[in-house]
Amino acid sequence: MSAAVVATPAVPRAAGVAAPAEVRAGRRRRRRREATVTAGALALVVVGVVAGLSLGDYALAPGEAWAALTGAGDALDRTVLWELRLPRAALAVVVGAALALAGGVFQTVFANPLASPDLLGVSGGATVAAVWALLVAGATGAGVTLAAFAGAAVVAGGLLALTRGRDLSGHRFVLTGVAVAFMASGAVGYLLSRAQVRAAQSALVWTAGSLGAARWGEVALVAGALVLALPGLVAGGRVLRALQLGPLAATGLGVRVERARAAVLAVAVVLVAGATSVVGPVAFVALTAPPLARRTVGTGSPALPAVAAVGAVIVLAADLVAQHAVPGVAVPTGVVTGAVGAPYLLWLLARGARS
Amino acid sequence: MTAVVGPALGRDRRAPDGRPPLGAAAGRRAARRRWAWLAAALVLLVLAVVASLALGARAIAPGDVLAALVAPQDGLADHTAVRSLRVPRTLVGLLAGAAFAVAGGVLQSLTRNPLADPGLLGVNAGASLAVVLAVTLLGVTAPAGYVWFALAGAAAAAALVYAVGSSGRLGGAPTTLALAGAALTAGLTSLTTMLVVRDVEAFDAYRFWVVGSLTARGVDAVVALAPFLAAGALAAVAAARVLDVLALGDDTARALGQHVGAGRAVAIGAAVLLAGAATALAGPVVFVGLVVPHLVRRAAAGSHAWLFALAAPVGAALLLAADVVGRLVARPGEVEAGLVVAFLGGPVMIALVHRARVVRP
Repeated sequence: MSAAVVATPAVPRAAGVAAPAEVRAGRRRRRRREATVTAGALALVVVGVVAGLSLGDYALAPGEAWAALTGAGDALDRTVLWELRLPRAALAVVVGAALALAGGVFQTVFANPLASPDLLGVSGGATVAAVWALLVAGATGAGVTLAAFAGAAVVAGGLLALTRGRDLSGHRFVLTGVAVAFMASGAVGYLLSRAQVRAAQSALVWTAGSLGAARWGEVALVAGALVLALPGLVAGGRVLRALQLGPLAATGLGVRVERARAAVLAVAVVLVAGATSVVGPVAFVALTAPPLARRTVGTGSPALPAVAAVGAVIVLAADLVAQHAVPGVAVPTGVVTGAVGAPYLLWLLARGARS
Repeated sequence: MTAVVGPALGRDRRAPDGRPPLGAAAGRRAARRRWAWLAAALVLLVLAVVASLALGARAIAPGDVLAALVAPQDGLADHTAVRSLRVPRTLVGLLAGAAFAVAGGVLQSLTRNPLADPGLLGVNAGASLAVVLAVTLLGVTAPAGYVWFALAGAAAAAALVYAVGSSGRLGGAPTTLALAGAALTAGLTSLTTMLVVRDVEAFDAYRFWVVGSLTARGVDAVVALAPFLAAGALAAVAAARVLDVLALGDDTARALGQHVGAGRAVAIGAAVLLAGAATALAGPVVFVGLVVPHLVRRAAAGSHAWLFALAAPVGAALLLAADVVGRLVARPGEVEAGLVVAFLGGPVMIALVHRARVVRP
């Protein structure tokens, strides 16, 4: 994986120096490949959305779904589509994109393929705070979101402080986060064991990561986090590419590493907190989407649109499985991503240990 | 990924006790020191047991506690509280703490990994999932029934994480194994969540068990699980000699005439029996197995028999102390022992991870 990082051609270069022709040709090839992958992932997103709109107890053929979407068709069709299925599919897309982008930023900032908000305990921090808000403070909606954001920010800030000036590329750093994540899950267990059993159970659904409560308001919230983060991501693109080469090289390229890390991480925290506060911690999406995108694109680290599209595909597919795999039984979406993501991470570790 | 694996923890290649080889007189001194440490550990344990019996949300005079133990009178609320609440939870803490600590010691030596712990490696999560499966799908409710599931789950998780963490050339890098454990724990926990999220009754039991409560099981569970814990302890003692030699490396161990494979199997069996039964008893408690072996390793001076002999009382004392602290900090409510341990153990783990030199298991 480190080889792929070294092979990244998109190093920021001094202004006014033209790159050699073969480098430019390589960049063009890479961009074309990236565009193809992004387009392919977007096509899969469309397929997933259509499946999400059609499948269910109240089945709608794609034609009927289209009719309802465009305002034709009967009223019940329109209600099911506009009030239930379309928000859920849209939520899956924005949540997947947000988590994948956050994961990509984390992995780049720490130059570590295992650095993801869920493994590092940042999602755990958001979960503790949100469960506290739900069960103890009795908050709903925006209150839960604010709490989740604060929790994520506290853990991310603590990690930054704890690892200041250290080498973050190894497993040690990730294990620091693992320790935080274990403490967070202890705190969630405590809160769950103190509440009324019904309230605790609905909070448990939330801690597993569920898209079941999708309404347009929730979609708007996550989409808002995406919009809020977008300028930061675009502006931080150059810094991200430099950070990917490791802190030393980045310093050599004129990046103030500590400040850049903090700034870009803040953007990622907005994304994690936005998505987590609405659907709960959907496990492993942030960890797996960026490397999947990278594998599909080939060399180097793919541009963020490809990462976002792959994340959207993952969550859409996981949500379809969660809703329809066992007829009549809807499982939380995070259970599906967890059950698939854990073996993937184990495989990643086994392979990394071998290569 | 190779580049990011980084240097293994614990590069300390000196003698296990950190001192040069001993002469005969020094050997006797070391032996005396071990006995002194053991005496200290036992004193600690007695203190923890006394505290666990004497302190709690309900203030009971020490004399009454003693009276409740030696000459109980029916109808006295204080006596009933001591006999039916404090004695069982003290027994549970005693057995589970000792079992987790010894299991952690076995795992750390077996994997040559200072970060091994039945909780962190996913062994407890495997036991949890199997117990929840037994309770929700098969309707098993007696500890004697689901201990088999706990053991099977613990064994499966241990085998999986060991296979992943130790595969390949760089396999067995301490951090790889610990991360494999974290991944396994996350995956297994999401499956467990799926099972309990639909079943209010099972969830109600599960949420108190998962935080590591010493009160969730009574004396019946202790009686039912004691044989398994005893078998695990015997297996650990039997494996101690092999683990001593295995510390010198597989080849040396073979040259010294040890059956390396058989010795490992006995050691894994010990860890699975201890961690599985203790999880069935007290829930998936993290960090006791991680911290305690580190506390006593120097005193054990390279002998695994001594490591286990010291880890058992210290582990029991730690879990009991955590339980007592949990009873006192949130009066009239309580914080479960497993949570107190988690909050104390997290920072210890971070310190261990960041320390360049850790006494090698």
